[in-house]
Amino acid sequence: MKLKQLALAACTALVAAGAQAEGLKVGMITTLSGGGAGLGIDVRDGFMLAIAQSGRTDIEVVIEDDQQKPDIAVQLADRMIQSEKVDVLTGIIWSNLAMAVVPSAVAQGKFYLSPNAGPSALAGERCHPLYFNVAWQNDTLHEAAGAYAASAGYKNAFILAPNYPAGTDALTGFKRLFTGNLAGEIYTKLGQTDYAGEIAQIRASGADSVYFFLPGGMGISFLKQYADSGVNLPVVGPAFSFDQGILQAVGDAALGVRNTAQWSKDLDNPVNAAFVESFQAQYGRLPSLYASQGFDTALLLISALESADVGDQDAFRKALEAADFASTRGDFAFGANHHPIQDIYVREVIKEGDIYTNKIVSLGLEDHGDVYAQNCKM
Amino acid sequence: MSLILLAEQTLNGLQFGVMLFLMAAGLTLIFGVMGLINLAHGSLYMVGAFAAAGMAAATGSFMLALIASLVAAAIAGVLIEMTVIRRLYDRDHLDQVLATFALILIFSEGTRWVFGSFPLFLDKPSFLSGTVTLPFNVEYSVYRLSLIVVGILVAIGLFWMIAKTRIGIRIRAGENDREMIGALGVDISRLYTMVFALGAALAGLAGALIGAIQSVQVGMGEPVLILAFVVIVIGGIGSIKGALIGAILVGLTDTLGRFLLPQAFALILEPSQATSVGSSLASMSIYILMAGILLFRPKGLLGGA
Amino acid sequence: MKKETLLNAVLIALFVGVALAAWIMDEPYLITLATKAAIFAIAGVGLNFALGFGGLVSFGHAVFFGLGGYAMGILAFHAQTYTPILEWPFAINGTRSMPVIWCVAIVVSAVVAVGIGALSLRTNGVYFIMITLAFAQMFYYFAISWPTYGGEDGLSIYVRNEFPGLNTMDPIQYFAICFTLLLLVLFFVHRAAHSSFGLMLRAARQNEERVQAVGHTPFRLYLTAFVISGAITGLAGALFADLNRFVSPTLLSWHTSGEIMIFVILGGVGRVFGPVAGAALFILLEYVLGGLSEFWQIYLGAILLGVVLFARGGLYGLIAGREVAHD
Repeated sequence: MKLKQLALAACTALVAAGAQAEGLKVGMITTLSGGGAGLGIDVRDGFMLAIAQSGRTDIEVVIEDDQQKPDIAVQLADRMIQSEKVDVLTGIIWSNLAMAVVPSAVAQGKFYLSPNAGPSALAGERCHPLYFNVAWQNDTLHEAAGAYAASAGYKNAFILAPNYPAGTDALTGFKRLFTGNLAGEIYTKLGQTDYAGEIAQIRASGADSVYFFLPGGMGISFLKQYADSGVNLPVVGPAFSFDQGILQAVGDAALGVRNTAQWSKDLDNPVNAAFVESFQAQYGRLPSLYASQGFDTALLLISALESADVGDQDAFRKALEAADFASTRGDFAFGANHHPIQDIYVREVIKEGDIYTNKIVSLGLEDHGDVYAQNCKM
Repeated sequence: MSLILLAEQTLNGLQFGVMLFLMAAGLTLIFGVMGLINLAHGSLYMVGAFAAAGMAAATGSFMLALIASLVAAAIAGVLIEMTVIRRLYDRDHLDQVLATFALILIFSEGTRWVFGSFPLFLDKPSFLSGTVTLPFNVEYSVYRLSLIVVGILVAIGLFWMIAKTRIGIRIRAGENDREMIGALGVDISRLYTMVFALGAALAGLAGALIGAIQSVQVGMGEPVLILAFVVIVIGGIGSIKGALIGAILVGLTDTLGRFLLPQAFALILEPSQATSVGSSLASMSIYILMAGILLFRPKGLLGGA
Repeated sequence: MKKETLLNAVLIALFVGVALAAWIMDEPYLITLATKAAIFAIAGVGLNFALGFGGLVSFGHAVFFGLGGYAMGILAFHAQTYTPILEWPFAINGTRSMPVIWCVAIVVSAVVAVGIGALSLRTNGVYFIMITLAFAQMFYYFAISWPTYGGEDGLSIYVRNEFPGLNTMDPIQYFAICFTLLLLVLFFVHRAAHSSFGLMLRAARQNEERVQAVGHTPFRLYLTAFVISGAITGLAGALFADLNRFVSPTLLSWHTSGEIMIFVILGGVGRVFGPVAGAALFILLEYVLGGLSEFWQIYLGAILLGVVLFARGGLYGLIAGREVAHD
């Protein structure tokens, strides 16, 4: 558990003696083992790449593995705050771990920058001045999918997600902006791997499209089985089932699927182009959206450091809120509840040579905030 | 709700059950003959899937991938039998649980060390893709049909082996009275190693076959392991016939439960509540089934002398 | 002094020593680790009561751990949001008082244990193992899909609950609470194990017919042991939830059941202090190995394997030798 990696090691050994302003200590708690490790590894790699590229020598990053277990995440957070005395926490991938860690971390006066999990509670009633979400609020990608499905002319959608809070939130988000009927709404078992039953129901329902949220291995199984079933309805989903790390395992079954995300590797701006190229050069693989989120989180942090000192919480918070940096998504801005207001794109899964990846086909939602901002009394 | 849909769901339940049987058959043999609880069975399933994915990536042939899965899982089985399992036959179940649990840790992280943290790609062969129209207008996936066929063939093969061959006789005798067959000159440790390797190979094959339509990732064996235990307990430990019946029961209960329960509740509750309650009950359904069966038949359906 | 008693004393001294040293060196994290070990020890002692003394291998003890945790979570949740749990037929409000929460956790676990035990004890051997697992899984899937208390996301409690006269947010004080409870539980278990009930229980484990011939019912003995065992593990669950200020369905999963069994086996099945050693050893291993490599679980597995294969009877078996009968 004590995997202490100094960011300095990524830079050269030529360190300018004597840092001018005080630096920053970051505690990164993310999933580095088990089935969900791919996401944590991507976030970590994106984050550390930005730190290395900044050339700054005054940012120290402590990285620990939460093993996707909430109680371990809570203890790691306690240790980072009490023992390591970090200034900023980041890294958590899963909403349930975030809900366990974030409220008490910000209550203890530490900044938290989320590079992934965006539970609705933390965007609404439980928002906090020290909590920032650099990725998205969970619902927004699903809302974009719903809006896209409506605009694509689908009138009778069949939707499914696992029976747990992120799953119910996903379908709620989809239904918010989808204007058609629902041919069916199913909550599957968390961790379920066999979807023959659900696919049979889709076939019998008379639907004209399918929307699903099944992160990780669940999505891989569903897509493979769906592609083989003879049910040829168009499929829409959020990017979580179609990110770079998963696509290679799904293969042809995912081709042509439209998915929504705030980032794609072909987003046309200089920061993103440089990011994709340097990520591939450094790590030998294409970045996923998780990697871009990690990268942007580090960029945000660095930009705040340029103008304020973390010791002055008010000033640092304002610097974070200003978000004065060029992100891989282009311009970046926070809403009042510290969640991004951003464009969400519709991407399509394509094959480039031997690699499966995504390409943007249209703009889904422009300058979209989240609906929970109105509940945030910050 | 149409009859076609019901028929398709029933076939799905059957296919799920038959695949569970592959896992459960090995597990029940190992437990029945050697009296060993093997939690690492799920890891052997994973080894088979990973070996198949690796071979398929290297050669592009699904058949070779299947062979690779059998061989890799069998070798892994023989290896752990000779180094670890052998010392556990005389120990009580607790020690076996802990030791095989430790093996799970080693296998899981070891696989992640060798193959990386991202899921692997494994696809079914093109000659088994697509669907076929069965009688009564039911459109069903060719691959899933072939899984059912493979499972039934394996079941027949196992029954034949147990009933008609020498090995089968020794296995049955070993289940009955270990010491006696040792006294009668049968090489027990070779028998045990073979039974373990057979169980491992079956698990590996299941991993490869199912990995082709699901995801090949670290930890994929654990949910299946629990289900396999449920199956052998329902069927009765040591009985292959019981494993088959148990597997089909579990497969049908789970699939039909997921399908019918939300609809049943929709008759009395409003839709989103019905889905919620129905889905939760569906996930608990096989455990309720197992508890129910054990209450009336404490040794499973076909277990116990 | 018998070796076992010596080891017991050493363990107690170790716990207190580590906590005090960490307090003096201002390393609150180490105190938290010691507290975690103490709580796991309580859970293990609970399981050991049924498993070690009664021979009841329960693979579903996480259900009690989780019930205790959720008892704490639900009570504290309603207290911090000022909503009552029940309004009819009589008002039940939440509470943030630890002693009350512990009582509720113990009672709820005991009641559920009566139900699960009465049904499960109709089987034995590996069937018993599996049916206890089945009940735990039922609760686990139920907790995941019941949205009111967070479902899979779990419940977060902002501040630790209150204990009269102490500041429970202070790590060393919370450690003191948990450790004192551990000592109390150990004392209780020691007395119970050496009482006539305990003797009858162990006799029943060895020879049920004999016990029946003397006029006792093994079923009732087993059930009582199971209920006590569940109640103790439930208490541990409530303490664990308070430690992390968080409860989630993970507490109910079979992984947790497996971990509790590991503590018991590592330390030595059937020894009163066994789980204390087992829990401490496990936490220590996790801490030390975790720093070695990203793949530290391989080393953990190898060590556990080594312990099982070569150190029969766990740590106590290794150090204190086989159990000696005494009157």
